[in-house]
Amino acid sequence: MSETAVEIEDVGGGEFERSPIPTSKLKGWKSFLGMYAGEHAAGTEFMIGPLFLAAGASLKDLIFGLLIGNILAILTWRYLVAPIAVSSKLTLYYQLEKIAGKHLVKVYNVVNGVLFCFLAGAMITVSASAVGIPFDVNFTVPESILGLSTPAFSTIVIIVGLVMTIVAAAGYNTVSKFANIAAPWMIVVFAACGLSALTQMEVDSWERLLTEWDKGVSVVQAANGKVDFGFWKIVVFSWLCNAAMHFGMADLSIMRFAKDVRAGWGPSIGMFLGHYMAWICASFMLAAQIKLTGDISANPGALAWSAVGWTGIICVIVAGWTTANPTIYRAGLAFQSLFPSNAKTYSGVILAGVIATVAGIFPALSSQLLGFVGLYGTILGPMGGVIFVNHYLAKKMNFTQDYAEGKGSSFNTAVLLAWVIPVALGLYFIFTKDVFAAYAVIPCWIASSALYVLIMKLQKS
Amino acid sequence: MKILKLISGVSIAVLILLVSILSFLGKMEASTVKVLMLIGTLLWFAATPFWMKEE
Repeated sequence: MSETAVEIEDVGGGEFERSPIPTSKLKGWKSFLGMYAGEHAAGTEFMIGPLFLAAGASLKDLIFGLLIGNILAILTWRYLVAPIAVSSKLTLYYQLEKIAGKHLVKVYNVVNGVLFCFLAGAMITVSASAVGIPFDVNFTVPESILGLSTPAFSTIVIIVGLVMTIVAAAGYNTVSKFANIAAPWMIVVFAACGLSALTQMEVDSWERLLTEWDKGVSVVQAANGKVDFGFWKIVVFSWLCNAAMHFGMADLSIMRFAKDVRAGWGPSIGMFLGHYMAWICASFMLAAQIKLTGDISANPGALAWSAVGWTGIICVIVAGWTTANPTIYRAGLAFQSLFPSNAKTYSGVILAGVIATVAGIFPALSSQLLGFVGLYGTILGPMGGVIFVNHYLAKKMNFTQDYAEGKGSSFNTAVLLAWVIPVALGLYFIFTKDVFAAYAVIPCWIASSALYVLIMKLQKS
Repeated sequence: MKILKLISGVSIAVLILLVSILSFLGKMEASTVKVLMLIGTLLWFAATPFWMKEE
């Protein structure tokens, strides 16, 4: 991640938040390559990669499924987000405020903030798993979602969470700059972890690798029961794990700095380093651990320690920290609107940090990351459908573009209904019918788009 | 500045990536690899902030 990336993120937080970016501040598409490379090689990769093996995915399905899913994700950024970002040059929040009104944007912000907290909580767990290794504190994942690990591990989570919260409250820039410095090193360490895991498995051919992988899956399924994580599930997951960013248009805030729509190709390198190479390498670490010890727990700290020693411990801590900190900071900004205007500026960050730390105490939450990122996209993605309709269809279908701004409304009920109804249905199917969360993202997005058109047309008539 | 960039490049390309490839090829012991990787990590964080900050 380059200094340009820091500039984009810094400016994204404040300056030009409520006005289009001036031409002098626009960046070429190559600036976005480096920024996304850092963003997508993060602490979550240490957690998600092993979960594919734990979920019973075959190696061939993983390799080809991730390839197709990542290509689809890049195409979504390029053809869905970039054209709107380059055309309107506004942040997601200001764009939404123009359509939905400032009060509804506050609701969206708080929902976004809560989801950010759970993501940050998982990263606190990841970092704590590595901090615990030198003290011989391993975390065990209880069966119950709200089950606790050992008291020693919970204590480490609380300490790590408090430190991260204080650092996030003190300022975002230092962590952001440190993350930029760490990003290239982290990517190389991911690759080294994968190579080390292959060495531990004594892999000397493709067939041997397949055999070791299948043995690992068999051991996991013997313990946890047979589960299915097939090709299309992998494709959909890897396509939509960042749905809030592309289908949900959160990356309008970043791509508004683009000179032209080629910025939409920006995530390509990052996706293939973080969501392909890093996931596969991280999954090899679990396969190696199963071969060496028979332990099937996806404990990022222990996996990295076994693969590359102290470098792995440092990498997991840094990866978790550099992901959790900006996440806590962003959640804090979202929560800040809940506090009175004379409250301290760090109040929101402290609240976010406390929620994230509490979430981090429950290790089973981080082991549900495959489902959580799908849930995240299902809840936030549909707002992108409303923005899509507003941008491309409002004038053509003869209803008011940027309705809230045009009508002076602070709460556009049409947006609320178009958002909440499909999301409620999606959540119903996820939680009661056991539908894989990522499967709900696109149906909810399409339903929200259609519903917004319908309500706006009815409202007009 | 060039020497710092060189240190950064060597630290991750040689002391982390190359040694893990050598280990995979059976040319280096795992314990040696882990020590060299830690040295590479320390060198990266010692050298990189100076030139990356400038750029």
